[in-house]
Amino acid sequence: MANLSVVGQSVYRTDANPKVTGRALHVGNIEMPGMLHVAVLRSPYPHARITRIDKAKAEALGGVAVVLTGAEIAKMPGVDAHFGPAFRDQPMLAVEKVCYAGDPVVAVAAVDKRTAEDALQLVEVDYEPLSAVFDVLEAVKPEAPLVHEHHRPAKAFADLAHVKAGQQSNICYHFKLRTGDVDKAFAEADRVFEDTFSSPPAQHMPMEPHVALVYLDEHERLNVWTSSQSPSYVRTELSATFGIPMNRIRVRVPYIGGGYGAKLYAKLEPLVTALALITRKPVRYALTREEEFLTITKHKVVSRIKTAIKNGTITARKCEVYWDTGAYAEIGPRIGHKSGYTSAGPYRIPNVWIDSYCVYTHRVPAGAFRGFGVPQVIWAYDSQTDIIARALGADPVEFRLRPALDEGERFATGTIVRSFGVKEAIRRAAQAIEWSKPRARQTGTKRRGKGIAAGVKAVLTPSISGAIVILNADGTANVLSSTVEMGQGSETTLGQIVAEELGLTVDRIHIVQPDTDVTPYDTITAGSRSTYHMGNAVRMAAGKIKTELCEIVAAKLEVAPDDLIARGGRVYVRGMEERGMTIGEIFLAKFGSLGTTLAAEAVCQPTASHMDPETGQSEKCTEYWFPSATAAEVEVDTETGQLKVLQLISVGDTGTAINPRHCEQQLLGAAVMHLGLTLFEEMVFDEGQMVNGSLLDYQIATIKDIPQAFRPIVVEVAHEDGPFGAKGVGETGALTVAPAIANAIEDAVGVRIRDLPITPERILRALAEKSATVTLKD
Amino acid sequence: MKREITLRVNNKNETLAVDDADSLLEVLRDRLKLWSVRESCGVGACGSCTVLLDGRPVSSCLLLAVRSTGREITTLEGLGDGQSLHPIQQAFVNERALQCAYCTPGFVLSVKALLDELPHPSEEEAKEYLSGNLCRCAGYAEILRAVRSAQEKTAR
Repeated sequence: MANLSVVGQSVYRTDANPKVTGRALHVGNIEMPGMLHVAVLRSPYPHARITRIDKAKAEALGGVAVVLTGAEIAKMPGVDAHFGPAFRDQPMLAVEKVCYAGDPVVAVAAVDKRTAEDALQLVEVDYEPLSAVFDVLEAVKPEAPLVHEHHRPAKAFADLAHVKAGQQSNICYHFKLRTGDVDKAFAEADRVFEDTFSSPPAQHMPMEPHVALVYLDEHERLNVWTSSQSPSYVRTELSATFGIPMNRIRVRVPYIGGGYGAKLYAKLEPLVTALALITRKPVRYALTREEEFLTITKHKVVSRIKTAIKNGTITARKCEVYWDTGAYAEIGPRIGHKSGYTSAGPYRIPNVWIDSYCVYTHRVPAGAFRGFGVPQVIWAYDSQTDIIARALGADPVEFRLRPALDEGERFATGTIVRSFGVKEAIRRAAQAIEWSKPRARQTGTKRRGKGIAAGVKAVLTPSISGAIVILNADGTANVLSSTVEMGQGSETTLGQIVAEELGLTVDRIHIVQPDTDVTPYDTITAGSRSTYHMGNAVRMAAGKIKTELCEIVAAKLEVAPDDLIARGGRVYVRGMEERGMTIGEIFLAKFGSLGTTLAAEAVCQPTASHMDPETGQSEKCTEYWFPSATAAEVEVDTETGQLKVLQLISVGDTGTAINPRHCEQQLLGAAVMHLGLTLFEEMVFDEGQMVNGSLLDYQIATIKDIPQAFRPIVVEVAHEDGPFGAKGVGETGALTVAPAIANAIEDAVGVRIRDLPITPERILRALAEKSATVTLKD
Repeated sequence: MKREITLRVNNKNETLAVDDADSLLEVLRDRLKLWSVRESCGVGACGSCTVLLDGRPVSSCLLLAVRSTGREITTLEGLGDGQSLHPIQQAFVNERALQCAYCTPGFVLSVKALLDELPHPSEEEAKEYLSGNLCRCAGYAEILRAVRSAQEKTAR
């Protein structure tokens, strides 16, 4: 893109200074006079009826302000004891029964955390255990114990308007896609491949655990400080749950210490609000790491995938995807839908059948996790695509490139794809890892192999971002946006976009942190949507101001507004820099006084067209796509099953890169995070009890796990409606890591791993099974 | 049991009454309001609460405040002259070695201790030294670059 001065530059982070000095404001640093601290008693049973709670001794303990139960919340006038973004199924504290081991049952607010914890020891709860179901495939059977008798839709988001009330089943959402004649294609196939893949529940592990602080101000308005990725939603949810008018709720979000999807929708806020309303004191609840494990997880997924091959090409694909959403649906239905419809891959396949089921079990609730379910479906379809290529003797790269969709072709949903650089991503990944270079014949116990994986995610559509830009008379600007800076660099990106539009430098732009009293509605900070949606909103708002500036200058200088440009804090005639006015002069011309402001608002609201509930067909199911490819080279020790990742190349089509270095950083960060998920992360449960729920027992990637050769490649297929052509990048590097590693392992030692994580035990077992088979054949 | 102790924090003596059970983390954060010291895992496994004790990195969540007397305690607030960024902090900014930055104070202090102990660490030594600090944004490649860049600036 020509003539850009700020967009496309890798400017430094504008939030670097407060962050590197440790001075950045976090909710945990905010203290209020008389503030109370919270501790929560959690259920030891995965499914049980609460028969008695005796809290008298706890209430008598000095320093305890309140000991609260779910039954008491249910009796608060005008209060809905349950909340949730898809179904209102999650109680602030268990009402009548508990649905997972770790379900909050009793909350104490006290003068300090230790007193609150001591009080919990004095609470007595009796339970009557009920039968429970932990396995997603067991839970869908008609005879399975029911997690919830009724499912009550929440109606909070436009894209979930089709979620229906249900009952007497653990399946709370079923997405269907039907195109072509799958049965006929399978009947006529030369070969049919059928595989089952699984990925386990895992932890987001933001270094800052969830924290929320709620108090009533001097107007009795509800004030909420929270480490949330969705301040606008928190306000809506609290308004609906407590029946408080929206303008009497103020939600603020300072810097948050990572989110990765864990901090979306409402988490602690409803309970802390209840405690603050009852005690009329400021109340802060900060989760411990152990509680974090019991709050939200990545969906466990089981995928059955069946593919028909005729004349060497894929003619049909049937996918059954089971999402274990745990005891409360959380955002599971949205994931089952958005990720469900991409389950067959970014390929030209004439006959596709998809069933995607969101299923309740008696486990910790599962929600959004960087990639929003797409890494789990790509794990299945790209692993299988590789299996097929190798079985047919085809080159795995060529086998993907041939059916990969081109610009203007139709996705399985019937939607025409545009800005769809999947082929380019595959090519660049293959090139970077020297795919076509002949491999040396290998002997010995250390075998090397290369793997490529590819896939695509679609952005959540419809969704909404509003923004206000305020230009000051001194040529600085304030930007009101509800996008949460959680490490992704949104303050810098949005600052660059506004600076470019108004002809300013980034240091002249201040991004106001989310505050629902002043920053307009934004759906969520998630799903790689902020650069596009909020980026467009701030650009349009800044554009309105620029138009007004140009009109004033045009009238003053008697030139056409179209001949003017804004650059360097001035507006001047194109090609004649000396003929123009500074922003200060323009303000004086308009207002006759300095210290004034010019403000403009804009909303970015892409729409989707209706999706047929029986066939999953839609003229437009998404606003844009993020193609991803990963190339890996691994070394497998056949004696120990140990895996070394020698090379990892993360390729993403981000659209135009607003800040190339920051795009690269997102690709790498997402790739390393998912390398940990691929190789060792798994939340282990035994009869519904979390077994490894602490950072001593649950390992995430450390600095020692980064591959020897590790690099990002940004593919820029501009989107015609993106701000300066940008799309998004937060999740792209996460999407294809796991299958790339599994594909490289097969290349190295000829075994296929179908269950994550890929531990040395699994590799050794697969090697042993292979040699047993070989021996038998001999 | 409550007792009065004197801690030497960032070159200043702090005398205060603490409980025997108070961790150094709790005292630094809740009493002295040194917000760069952060709790994350609570079991000494993540490095978010790293402080320097006589120049060596320790997890302040695992250390009792009463056992920290008579030692030189340094938090990020005590690094450098308090006016401009320390060369290690500047290296983190230049190499973009921070994202959400919740882990950054712990990392910066660990890098300080690393370079004080090994002014020219090998790649393996640097990784080994920093493997007790977790970063979920996974900016590890950038952090390693920051170590290199800081090493050039701090080396005499």
